[in-house]
Amino acid sequence: MAEVTVTDIVKNFGKVEVLKKVSVRIEDGELLVILGPSGCGKSTLLRIIAGLETATSGDVHIGERLVNDLEPAERDIAMVFQNYALYPHMSVRQNMAYGLKNLGTPKPIIEQRVAEAAKILGLADLLDRKPRQLSGGQRQRVAMGRAIVREPKAFLFDEPLSNLDAKLRVQMRHEIRELQNRLKTTGIFVTHDQVEAMTLGDRLMVLNAGVVEQIGAPFEVYSRPASLFVAEFIGSPAMNLLDGDIDQDGRKVAFGGTHLPLGQPLTNHAGRRVRVGLRPEHLGEAVAGSTATADPTPGALDVLIEWIELLGADTVAHGRLQDGQVVTVRLPGDHLVQTGDRLAVVLAPANLHLFDPQTGTRLEHTA
Amino acid sequence: MEKRVVFRHRWLPYALLAPQLAITIVFFLWPASQALWQSMLIQDAFGLSVRFVWFDNFTYLFNSREYLNSIRVTAIFSVGVTVLGLAVALLLAAVADHVIKGALAYKTLLIWPYAVAPAIAGVLWLFLFNPSVGIVAWWLGGAGITWNHQINGNQAMQLVIFAAAWKQISYNFLFFLAGMQAIPRSLIEAAAIDCAGPVKRFFTIIFPLLSPTTFFLLVVNIVYAFFDTFGIIHAVTRGGPAQATNIMVYKVYSDGFIGLNLGSSAAQSVILMAIVITLTVVQFRFIERRVQYG
Repeated sequence: MAEVTVTDIVKNFGKVEVLKKVSVRIEDGELLVILGPSGCGKSTLLRIIAGLETATSGDVHIGERLVNDLEPAERDIAMVFQNYALYPHMSVRQNMAYGLKNLGTPKPIIEQRVAEAAKILGLADLLDRKPRQLSGGQRQRVAMGRAIVREPKAFLFDEPLSNLDAKLRVQMRHEIRELQNRLKTTGIFVTHDQVEAMTLGDRLMVLNAGVVEQIGAPFEVYSRPASLFVAEFIGSPAMNLLDGDIDQDGRKVAFGGTHLPLGQPLTNHAGRRVRVGLRPEHLGEAVAGSTATADPTPGALDVLIEWIELLGADTVAHGRLQDGQVVTVRLPGDHLVQTGDRLAVVLAPANLHLFDPQTGTRLEHTA
Repeated sequence: MEKRVVFRHRWLPYALLAPQLAITIVFFLWPASQALWQSMLIQDAFGLSVRFVWFDNFTYLFNSREYLNSIRVTAIFSVGVTVLGLAVALLLAAVADHVIKGALAYKTLLIWPYAVAPAIAGVLWLFLFNPSVGIVAWWLGGAGITWNHQINGNQAMQLVIFAAAWKQISYNFLFFLAGMQAIPRSLIEAAAIDCAGPVKRFFTIIFPLLSPTTFFLLVVNIVYAFFDTFGIIHAVTRGGPAQATNIMVYKVYSDGFIGLNLGSSAAQSVILMAIVITLTVVQFRFIERRVQYG
């Protein structure tokens, strides 16, 4: 077990810059989730840590050791691949024992570790099967088993759940989390699935086009997105992003035909044009049954509903504000609204996010 | 569930099969049955008299030192060609699989020899190794080895093995390379993380996963060494010197069409056929069981 430190990693494929000075420190026993859209460089970063890819510049430390020039085998890590990469000609037992055998571990120890891992993962009855005789979930577990018998310094997961069906994915997510808590091994988990990221990680790193947008605890990333990209990427339905202006005194923001008070005055940004972020789930109806009133509630947003998605548990209503900007509101499932209704919508000032429209960075009160 | 096509007309399936059946009958069954029949006949050299002698031709062959020698020579030759052809091709494929820069050029060059006809390949090697004008023979002479395959039977054997294997390497290479590229990259990477070096990786992961390819090539190469190498032998050594490279298929030809002993020649081709059938059956029964079809 060890911490993993990545310092100023740059990776170019020809002229394309895939990673631009990425740095992060993963603490001992922590599970870091790297989240980003496809092509953002997250898998490349993982493969550089694993030693399957060489960084153009920058350093990777595992524990105290600088591993830049070490072969994957010498880095003492284990990796779970998206397609599991089980050796098809070997039984489950041989698959799990392969790494240890290569290290010259004595036979009794190999057998003991394989038996232990099989017990943890519920594979005890399947040890003599070949991978092709296993279901997707079982293969996934064998891949995990192959990683844990090695007792490596760090686990690397490269989108290991994306080939599973939805139900199995939830279950495996839970199992990985449990396993991680139990083994306390440092882990790095790459995914493009934000639900996976939110539920699995101790911390989250959001990567976009080779740049780290934000690193933080999942809830922190959700509640205080550091940039427009993170704001839009995390959360479903996606955050509403609207154009607005901060008042001259920096205490209110004007958009959509109304003024909303800010949680914290932003005097240093007074009078600025901003992007206003509102999460659909933070928007609520002002007064029950006040739909279709001609007079809008003061301080509320007046939304003209254009279309509705009934999801059962929730109702997602899409509409327009008075100034024509599109907005999405998430309402309880039993809340009946119709196309053409007017909805007066409010939100708590603390749930208002403001971003610089040019740089995309979050605007905060600075003394 | 069984998938079965049902034809509406009774004659349609037969009509569809007819061309292939016709070819098989005309070019295989008919000559094979003629060979079987002829193997029990003795003709004089001018074809004026024919005598039915049951299995006398076979008895004679198995008592003939020349024929037993030919069996021995064939065994050495076919094992040599198959092992050399497969091993070199596997090595080249493993190396070519690693190359990224200029990979296409390498692959094209490596495949070229397959386009060369056996007789031409034979002539090519003949020139290279010709004791009086061959450049390789000259180099060998410089290295202190007297090369004369026209006198030295061992050298003649080495030369035909090299020539025959060289020609087959391209074919084998192509299949091995395709087989290796079909192995998912992540398997190799997983093995690399599992602490297996390149050599260990090759023997524990790549080679076992290539076994269907290897098995297929083994069958093809043995059949090649038994039959298709006729042109090379004919061009390079004509079975000589002193029967040293007179493989069975060449002896069928030389006894039948030069020696004009048609009965013995037919008997030899029947034996050859029996050997190849047996070898193929053995390969399928005993080797295929160990093959991993993934």
